[in-house]
Amino acid sequence: MSGVRVLVGTRKGAFILTADGKRQRWDVSGPHFAGWEIYHMKGSVADPNRVYASQTSGWFGQIIQRSCDGGKTWEAPGGGMTMEPGQMPKGESNKFVYDASPETGKPLTTHQWYDGTQHPWEFKRVWHLEPSLTDPDTVYAGVEDAALFRTSDGGKTWQELAGLRGHGTGPKWQPGAGGMCLHTILLDPSNPKRIYVAISAAGAFRTDDAGKTWKPINRGLHSQYIPDPNAEVGHCVHRIARHSSRPNVLFMQKHWDVLRSDDGGDSWREVSGNLPTDFGFVIDVHAHEPETIYVVPIKSDSEHYPPDGKLRVYRSRSGGNEWEALTKGLPQRDCYVNVLRDAMAVDALDSCGVYFGTTGGQVYGSTDGGDSWAPIVRDLPAVLSVEVQTLA
Amino acid sequence: MIRVVLPPHLRTLAQVKGEVTLDVPGGGPVTRGAVLDALEARYPMLRGTIRDHVTEQRRPFLRFFACERDLTHEPPDAPLPDAVASGAEPFLVIGAIAGG
Repeated sequence: MSGVRVLVGTRKGAFILTADGKRQRWDVSGPHFAGWEIYHMKGSVADPNRVYASQTSGWFGQIIQRSCDGGKTWEAPGGGMTMEPGQMPKGESNKFVYDASPETGKPLTTHQWYDGTQHPWEFKRVWHLEPSLTDPDTVYAGVEDAALFRTSDGGKTWQELAGLRGHGTGPKWQPGAGGMCLHTILLDPSNPKRIYVAISAAGAFRTDDAGKTWKPINRGLHSQYIPDPNAEVGHCVHRIARHSSRPNVLFMQKHWDVLRSDDGGDSWREVSGNLPTDFGFVIDVHAHEPETIYVVPIKSDSEHYPPDGKLRVYRSRSGGNEWEALTKGLPQRDCYVNVLRDAMAVDALDSCGVYFGTTGGQVYGSTDGGDSWAPIVRDLPAVLSVEVQTLA
Repeated sequence: MIRVVLPPHLRTLAQVKGEVTLDVPGGGPVTRGAVLDALEARYPMLRGTIRDHVTEQRRPFLRFFACERDLTHEPPDAPLPDAVASGAEPFLVIGAIAGG
């Protein structure tokens, strides 16, 4: 029996929503890690029972949690109790340390601060966890201050792919209002050496050698909020999505503008078309239709809620430019929630399910590709992230 | 035997209830650094939650109390009060009252 597991990260814990293939009756599990911010949870494609979670707190810092049973039980990898008190710790649990060793690249210690001065790189939290497509023990982590880390031992130890920060433009990177975070990691199913990442507010970057070297891929992005609107870096990319069957076709929601690339990010063109506003955070692609994409327009970068108090998902069946509003089942008055960048996902059932979470604590789901919507839960803490696992 | 009281979130993370009791190795005076070393040795999942992994700087929203005194700004190698060293009084790790 097929089914769906929706992984929801919130400001005050994690929730796991499960249903069978009909997606009509939902079981809600949680809160897991009650009281902690769960920036992101994601399951492994290679082993769906393996799920990783980023648990973080302003008081206690960063914890990585791992489940081997689909989210029923959790452990901090490397954090198990040593049986002989007084021993030195064996684990390296939760340790994210920037690589500044000359052996692995040119040490990079500062980036641009809000006032234009150089500022030390300081680890704050993990925004996004992206498990390998083939190995459940290998996971990439996008962190704030922006960098990419990788574990190959199931989350016990993490090593930075320092070539990203060290490729040359790092000293020009500057935090957005939400911090300088690496929030998007896309692995290429057709080319294991190709990885895309996106950073606010630096832009998009690509490696073609498994993370050793990187280059900015921001040609075609136009941002009025930086001195040179067409600069190589400095763009506030909010989210990038792609369909697994067409890895060179990328869709981007930027701080303003929705864009697409048909050449693996080498160039971009705007496809905002008839959207009521081209500001927003999420963007995702239909599981079976590579040219069907979804966004949730947000009124502006200072208001952060939907236009006219109407929560509308917009769908394009033509890869952009021509958009239709999807409103059935969504509040069409007095709605002033936001939908954050990692808070939309799709399932791969025959009739594609689409899901998104709001800062008002609702998680909405559609079982018909967005034609109609219904809340799965209404009263969670503010939703930070939504991921979906389609279970065989 | 040293008694340590952790904030509720760290008790949950370490999967302990109530106070933690620790043997602090070494024959010298019991210090905050030695207590935290022993705590992290026994509960590695707490590494990084009280002090930074590398610099061992205290996380800003945590404080250290004992014997009705705020020891937060004492050097990490300063001896803790005798009552803590003897186990008569606990060493408290306190989370700041803040946030929503």
